[in-house]
Amino acid sequence: MIRQDAHRIDPKRRAVIDHKKRQFAVPIYKQQEYPHRLNFYETPPTAEITLEQFEQWAIDRLKILAEIEACSYRNKSPAETATYITPLLQKFLPLSSNTSSSNGANDSRLKNERQKDHYSHFILRLAFSATEDLRRRFARAETMLFRFRFQNDDSREKRAFIDSLSLDWEPVSDFERTEVAESLASSTPGLRRVDEETWYKVDWEKVPELIEKRSVYLKKGKAYVPGREQLSMIMAEFTARLERALELTSRALPRLDEDDRLTPILNHLSKNFGSAESVYSEGEGYVDGAPITASSIDQLAQQHFPLCMKSLHGNLRKNNHLKHFGRLQYTLFLKGIGLSLEECILFWRQSFKGKTDDEFNSQYKYNIRHAYGEVGGDVNRRGKGYTPYSCQKILGDSNPGIGQTHGCPYRHFSVDNLVGFLQATGVNDKETLRGVREDVGKQRYHIACNRVFESTHKNEIKKVKEDGTWSQTDLDTIVHPNTYFKRSFLLKQMARAPKDS
Amino acid sequence: MPHSVSPTGAAQTDDEMPDAPPAETSTGNSGVKLADMFDDDDDDEFPASSAPDVNMKEEPAPAPSGVDQDIMLAFYQRLFPFRYLFQWLNHGIVPTKDFGNREFALTLQNDAYLRYQSYPTADLFRKDILRMNPSRFEIGPVYSTNPRDRKTLRGGQMKPVSKELVFDIDLTDYDDIRTCCVKANICAKCWSFVTMAIKVIDTALREDFGFEHILWVYSGRRGAHAWVCDPRARNLPDDRRRAIAGYLEILRGGSQSGKKVNVKRPLHPHIVRSLELLKHDFARTTLGDQDTFESAEQAERLLALLPDKNLNESLRKKWDSSPGRASTSKWADIDSLAKTGKSSTLNPATLRDAKQDIVLEYTYPRLDAEVSKKMIHLLKSPFVIHPGTGRICVPIDPHKAEEFDPLSVPTVMNLLAEIDEYDAKHPAGTAEADVAEVEGSAMNGSDTKGSRKLQDYEKTSLKPYIEFFRSFIAGLVKEERAGKRERDESGPGIKADPMEF
Repeated sequence: MIRQDAHRIDPKRRAVIDHKKRQFAVPIYKQQEYPHRLNFYETPPTAEITLEQFEQWAIDRLKILAEIEACSYRNKSPAETATYITPLLQKFLPLSSNTSSSNGANDSRLKNERQKDHYSHFILRLAFSATEDLRRRFARAETMLFRFRFQNDDSREKRAFIDSLSLDWEPVSDFERTEVAESLASSTPGLRRVDEETWYKVDWEKVPELIEKRSVYLKKGKAYVPGREQLSMIMAEFTARLERALELTSRALPRLDEDDRLTPILNHLSKNFGSAESVYSEGEGYVDGAPITASSIDQLAQQHFPLCMKSLHGNLRKNNHLKHFGRLQYTLFLKGIGLSLEECILFWRQSFKGKTDDEFNSQYKYNIRHAYGEVGGDVNRRGKGYTPYSCQKILGDSNPGIGQTHGCPYRHFSVDNLVGFLQATGVNDKETLRGVREDVGKQRYHIACNRVFESTHKNEIKKVKEDGTWSQTDLDTIVHPNTYFKRSFLLKQMARAPKDS
Repeated sequence: MPHSVSPTGAAQTDDEMPDAPPAETSTGNSGVKLADMFDDDDDDEFPASSAPDVNMKEEPAPAPSGVDQDIMLAFYQRLFPFRYLFQWLNHGIVPTKDFGNREFALTLQNDAYLRYQSYPTADLFRKDILRMNPSRFEIGPVYSTNPRDRKTLRGGQMKPVSKELVFDIDLTDYDDIRTCCVKANICAKCWSFVTMAIKVIDTALREDFGFEHILWVYSGRRGAHAWVCDPRARNLPDDRRRAIAGYLEILRGGSQSGKKVNVKRPLHPHIVRSLELLKHDFARTTLGDQDTFESAEQAERLLALLPDKNLNESLRKKWDSSPGRASTSKWADIDSLAKTGKSSTLNPATLRDAKQDIVLEYTYPRLDAEVSKKMIHLLKSPFVIHPGTGRICVPIDPHKAEEFDPLSVPTVMNLLAEIDEYDAKHPAGTAEADVAEVEGSAMNGSDTKGSRKLQDYEKTSLKPYIEFFRSFIAGLVKEERAGKRERDESGPGIKADPMEF
């Protein structure tokens, strides 16, 4: 797929020294040059930087990646993401095009920017190669960042950059294009004129999605891809190379232990990245002084629970039972709002009316204690069990099957059932319901949920805004069921006890 | 151990058919017919867990074809081309991992199913097959380690690394459009569906994907398998296999989904070419041999696929008035009635498209796509005996696909009889051949230069099939060798083919 040479270490980077002197020599690397704004991050950096730079650059890049990830978790559209990210990028990780300077690529400002981009990428690679999960997320966020920059790139520079990648793309000559024009036209959907596009011949294995949809012309193992598919091919290439590189990095990682200056920084970095996904940190959902006991759940559920938990609670009350994943999702949520283990066991015991004590103790109790980290392996106990599920986790996990009730109603209910359920829980505002339908149609489930929250807490929100007691950040988009609960609970609290603070 | 069976013996066992399977009478039409148990579609990844278990209880007796254990063993001893099979999977003469780490799955005479068998060399392979005397065996992927060692490895260590890209065509998928036979039965009329499928798939694989080494094999009863052996095809990961399957799949949907062909216009070149190939077959087979639309029910199905209500009305009137009107006439009626301009709403282009779709629906290959999508899928080996019919799974020359007649494929009883017949005529050769066989796989290259001993298969009608297989392997090995030459300079030494017999 890629020309073999791309993997080889560039010969210029080898220390070319008389072999007799080699053992005393320090390897000398040529300084990286950055002729292009974009970087495929093929060659690792070799120059020296200070520890402060090491840390600062990594943190700056991490901020960007975390924001990008958050945007995708909140289902922001590409345009919204762009407006949100652009100022941040300008601040933390600027990357200017050659045309922005009179000196072009030789300008030292550009060089510094590009160096920072290059180095920070590789530092984060080290930090995020340790586990499969981190690797996947890192690759995803980096790809999004790359895509964003690539799309904003100057078209001439973009072309120069692509040419420099030595991808195995063969441009289709004008002669050949006219020869197969008819086939190209009939196999490429949405094409107006064949000669408007630049065409490339690539191995068909590079564009499996196009092959599967039968929307590309294929001849003797070569796919004839129009230029506008370039972006997706570049992205695929970028992700593929990055994933492979991360895999290799992870294998090399154990040998890094020798350096006791870098390891702590790297560990710290990878921990910070974790917070982007589960916005929830321990104790965040707790509300001090709230009377949360097994007996108060019914009332709380009705008033403050997000729709997913209301659905679980309703099902539990209706059937006196919940299936495994439903129990897990709900138990963790209850744990998150501050229900103690004893109360939680009591709650489930009372809820499972059809079960005898023996059945309950043997089949269910262990799982509850496990979720709280009472039992189980060392890791589980030390980590105090599982963290309550975030919206991301609930949305992304396997869809509920027959008889299962976990998941997110906005995502997993049919629209009509969803609206019916919303009305049953007291959301009757026409405007809100219409908005929900629209959001769900666009797969913006968070927005739908937040819309419902804003609608049901309209008066309280208005009040705290007017008071100035809550700033806009306190009313940020909710991406965790426990945040939903806490905010709802606090808002009602405020309304009930006015002007106390 | 009798090394052959007399023709009379074979005939006798053939006659035993009626009383052999009790299942047929007891379970009636519940579909557990013995013939179906032994069927040749290998769409189950772990057949051991399903069909054979059921079978074991009721049928230890010989299969309906009269193939008993002795015949099976005689076949393996005297006729089965172990060496060629080895060379085919090994892609060369010197045993490599391509063969050594290849999974074989054996179905034993008692219907136990043994997975993860592997053999380092052709001799050991032959020896074990003779020892186990399986009723058939299947070929799986090459694994990263020897499949026999899988239990000594930690989970996930053994990964499939390559396998031929395979396709499976089965006439049972054509039941709704063939009028001559159902289920496991076939005749020359419906075999032409398989012929069409071979032509279309073979052409697409060669012209579009650029594959060259495609082995078509008769599956022994009512279908055919394709093994794409090009190195590029063998190393495809699953998602690329899925892409190819999707590219080739045009008919979608189950029995209730109505119109099965929904292709975009303009037609993709692959579909245009397939239509060109299938046009005449449609006229000959669907309209002629099958006379598919003769029955009122099928005619109604045809009407459902046509776009214009008014036209349908006039067609229905016409056909109702002359019951039993031949399909050819009915098909012609569509155009002639359309031309009269009775229907004002009719759009000629829509009608043309609909007719194209109908041609595709009634002739385009119906692949069992799941078989192709997974590298780990097992597929029955070429040259084994189909236990239901006794026929050998012989290769089909795709260039002469029309000439292939499944009903004249030799059965194992024919072949053994042919050996006896030959030996009776040429008494001198018999002893020699026997010696060679008793000594197992000892090679007899040098001492027989003058009058080479005849292999048993050469005395039978299996000869042309094995020779076809051999020439196929020669082409494959040649390319493989060309690819390896750079690394392997000892190449010329191999030329004196030590395995040649």
